[in-house]
Amino acid sequence: MIEEVGTTTEGDLIINVGPQHPSTHGVLHLVITLNGETVKNVEPRLGYIHRSIEKMCESLTYRQFIYVTSRMDYLSSHINNQACALVVEKALKIEVPERAQAIRVLMAELTRMASHLLWWGALGMDVGAFTPFFHAFRERELINDIMEETCGTRLTMNYMVPGGVMADLHPDFQKKVKEFITMFKSKIDEYDTLVTGNIIFQNRMKGVGYISGEDALSYGCTGPVLRASGVKCDIRKLAPYDGYDKLQFEEVIETGGDSYARYLVRMRELKQSLSIIEQLLDNIPEGDFQAKTKAVLKPPKGEFYTRVETARGELGVYVISEGGLTPYRIKFRSPGFSNLSALHHMTKGSKIGDLVATMGTLDLVIPDIDR
Amino acid sequence: MFLADYIKSVYNGVTSLLKGMRMTGYYFVHPKEIITQQYPEVKQVLPERFRGEVVMTHNENNEHRCTGCTACELACPNATIKVVTRFDITPDGKKKKALETFVYHLELCTLCNLCIAACPTDAIRMAQTFEHSVYDRKLLTKRLDKPGSKLMEGVE
Amino acid sequence: MLSLENLTHTIDQALNRSFGPTTVLLVEMAMLSLFAIALFAVLGLVLVFMERKVSAYMQIRLGPNRVGYKGLAQTAADTLKLVIKEGLTPDSADKFLFNLAPFVVMIVAMLLLAPIAFAKGCQMWDMNIGVLYITAVSSVSVIGILMAGWASNNKYSLIGAMRSGAQIVSYELSAGLSIISMIVLTGSLQLSTIITSQQDGWWIFKGHIPAVISFVIFMIAVTAETNRAPFDMAEAESELTAGFHTEYSGMRFAFFFLAEYVNIFVVCAIAATIYFGGWMPFHIGHWEAFNHIMDFIPSVVWFTGKTFALIFLIMWFRWTFPRLRVDQLLNLEWKYLLPIGMFNLLLTTAIAILGWYF
Repeated sequence: MIEEVGTTTEGDLIINVGPQHPSTHGVLHLVITLNGETVKNVEPRLGYIHRSIEKMCESLTYRQFIYVTSRMDYLSSHINNQACALVVEKALKIEVPERAQAIRVLMAELTRMASHLLWWGALGMDVGAFTPFFHAFRERELINDIMEETCGTRLTMNYMVPGGVMADLHPDFQKKVKEFITMFKSKIDEYDTLVTGNIIFQNRMKGVGYISGEDALSYGCTGPVLRASGVKCDIRKLAPYDGYDKLQFEEVIETGGDSYARYLVRMRELKQSLSIIEQLLDNIPEGDFQAKTKAVLKPPKGEFYTRVETARGELGVYVISEGGLTPYRIKFRSPGFSNLSALHHMTKGSKIGDLVATMGTLDLVIPDIDR
Repeated sequence: MFLADYIKSVYNGVTSLLKGMRMTGYYFVHPKEIITQQYPEVKQVLPERFRGEVVMTHNENNEHRCTGCTACELACPNATIKVVTRFDITPDGKKKKALETFVYHLELCTLCNLCIAACPTDAIRMAQTFEHSVYDRKLLTKRLDKPGSKLMEGVE
Repeated sequence: MLSLENLTHTIDQALNRSFGPTTVLLVEMAMLSLFAIALFAVLGLVLVFMERKVSAYMQIRLGPNRVGYKGLAQTAADTLKLVIKEGLTPDSADKFLFNLAPFVVMIVAMLLLAPIAFAKGCQMWDMNIGVLYITAVSSVSVIGILMAGWASNNKYSLIGAMRSGAQIVSYELSAGLSIISMIVLTGSLQLSTIITSQQDGWWIFKGHIPAVISFVIFMIAVTAETNRAPFDMAEAESELTAGFHTEYSGMRFAFFFLAEYVNIFVVCAIAATIYFGGWMPFHIGHWEAFNHIMDFIPSVVWFTGKTFALIFLIMWFRWTFPRLRVDQLLNLEWKYLLPIGMFNLLLTTAIAILGWYF
């Protein structure tokens, strides 16, 4: 632990970045040791938004605890809910109807796109370009409208329930999504014009925040961060759930390992998510949107674990049931925590600006790290 | 060639910057692309599923459908709903549970929709209102059943 | 036709009739300082409003449109808010320097207004070393920024100020070199002479390729010198919260803020004067009829039009580009702009000697 004030004995500056800082995307607190402009050490301090979600879940029933998980990684709340619903289904051996699975996948991919869009805009802010943020929000707003129409809310949807989804798709859903797809396809090239191709942006990203695949694995990184270092780790491919195995999509791998590779992975994932949505949109199977379940869910005694691919990486849900109404213990394996732990490795010896840019490419959501 | 590479890098850099400027310039001279909605003047019509707050449906005879079964209270994850019940004596002398007051704490509600999913008689639903801000927190604690309302005929 | 030249002459003559020469000088100086302060305030308000509107339209937003007619009173309302806001001084700050710094920055910005020719015959001080004066005085503002950063006793401020120091000192070179390459063509440092030398066409056209190169370098260098994005290292919001003015609040923050915008105005006015003829209308060689038509547009319109077009260009940069990293910023200066600028100076000199300009 570094002292939080003053200078070190070698005369290096110690700076507290956060918990209130424009680029920490929340209340992350980094204690950085600076030698001039060069970062010598980064130490994250956590706990500023710890709400003991795991403990809260232990006092809620198996239907109730799902809604709390929307508040963890609020940008992929659908996918969090999906993971929780999956673990309850696994415990109770509930068969989810095909239509419900398709709806879940559609919603999850839309959420992933919304999350990546917000990340793209926020990364622009981190490297000092303000305009991308608003352009990304224009498209994200359409996704939010779709969510609002079908699920009722815009961010913390609580749409996934054990056995399926809470309500059937809105009659306008397909029309709205098609409108979104046409709109998005006409705008995606602008993203490359405005940011990807920009020489300043490329110089800020290339060769910065490098982490090798081996190191990334040893830090427990998952998701786009690990895939940018050339390691296959997409849960949708490795352990398919909710019918991902029936879909045609490519697992995006980059081998650069630097910030630019992480950037490209997410940009290509946007297109992959779009292709998944296009495949499913006209082929949503008919049937029930929810399996018949008992009013009171009581999983048998035992331990259950599922994992899903959120927009940030691998989310694991571990539940110990004593056979009662509420879980005995719940543990979330959140992607952000492990990704953040690699920040020190990536940014040691780089400049302050690189620290901010690298943090941007990690796509941190602080409530996901602290829970 | 060192010099050729140097000039090429300058050229490529400058063109990439100009492309970006052309795009922002396009948006500058095309104000019709603006997506701002002027909120108090233009109010968006919210979809019928939008979760604004929980309300209890009453018909024109001031009758509601709540039997006081407290399923919503049990389903609620954060004690937003408090159903106070009383026991009515039916004509044939049996005791029957009935709704006294339905207290709803909007300040605690996360709008998760679990109460509405749990309700067996469709007594409560989500309203599409969203302008909930008040100056006194007490105003957010609401009584959902209208005064003098009674149970609708035939709802068990 | 509106002529500011006649106006200034009339005032001067009226004063001379009534008072002695010393009194006249004093009265005129007082009037000019009032004019400078008023201009400072008005320019600040107008440019802040312009920036907010430009950024809004580029970001597909509407921008301020509620306060006053079409939101025009927005910046005035903001300034009022800043005036009545408490100006905090941190406990551990060097209080004298901390309070002095915004005034240093502000006074430098005001001093820079002196040699600018706003219209035909409307110039506060037409000194014979006008261009030299501007390059010299504008580099004083770095002292104010360093003062603010050091006196705040805040590490973010300190880093911001040090960055700003390194940046302004480096980019002064390029800005100076590109001005010199034009001075080679004009043969004078006096702004009024530079403007009259563009009687038969602006230097950006007369000096063709070298003038264009020099103009591009000048614009990049002054963008960096005024700490504007993509070179806003000194305040780099996402890295250093607000850089050198992190600890400032209320009116002292507003002074930094307004001074930044007045500095932008000044550098754009200089660019307009040197490359686009200042208040000189658009003239082509000896097309007398065409030149005469152009003269009907008042000179003040020409000047403000050119200046605001250049200001818009700088705003356009800001709302399009990401920020450079601090080492890339210095690389750009020392590896690209300076060599190109030096080469360009050589080229211009050759052209001036051989008489290859129009």
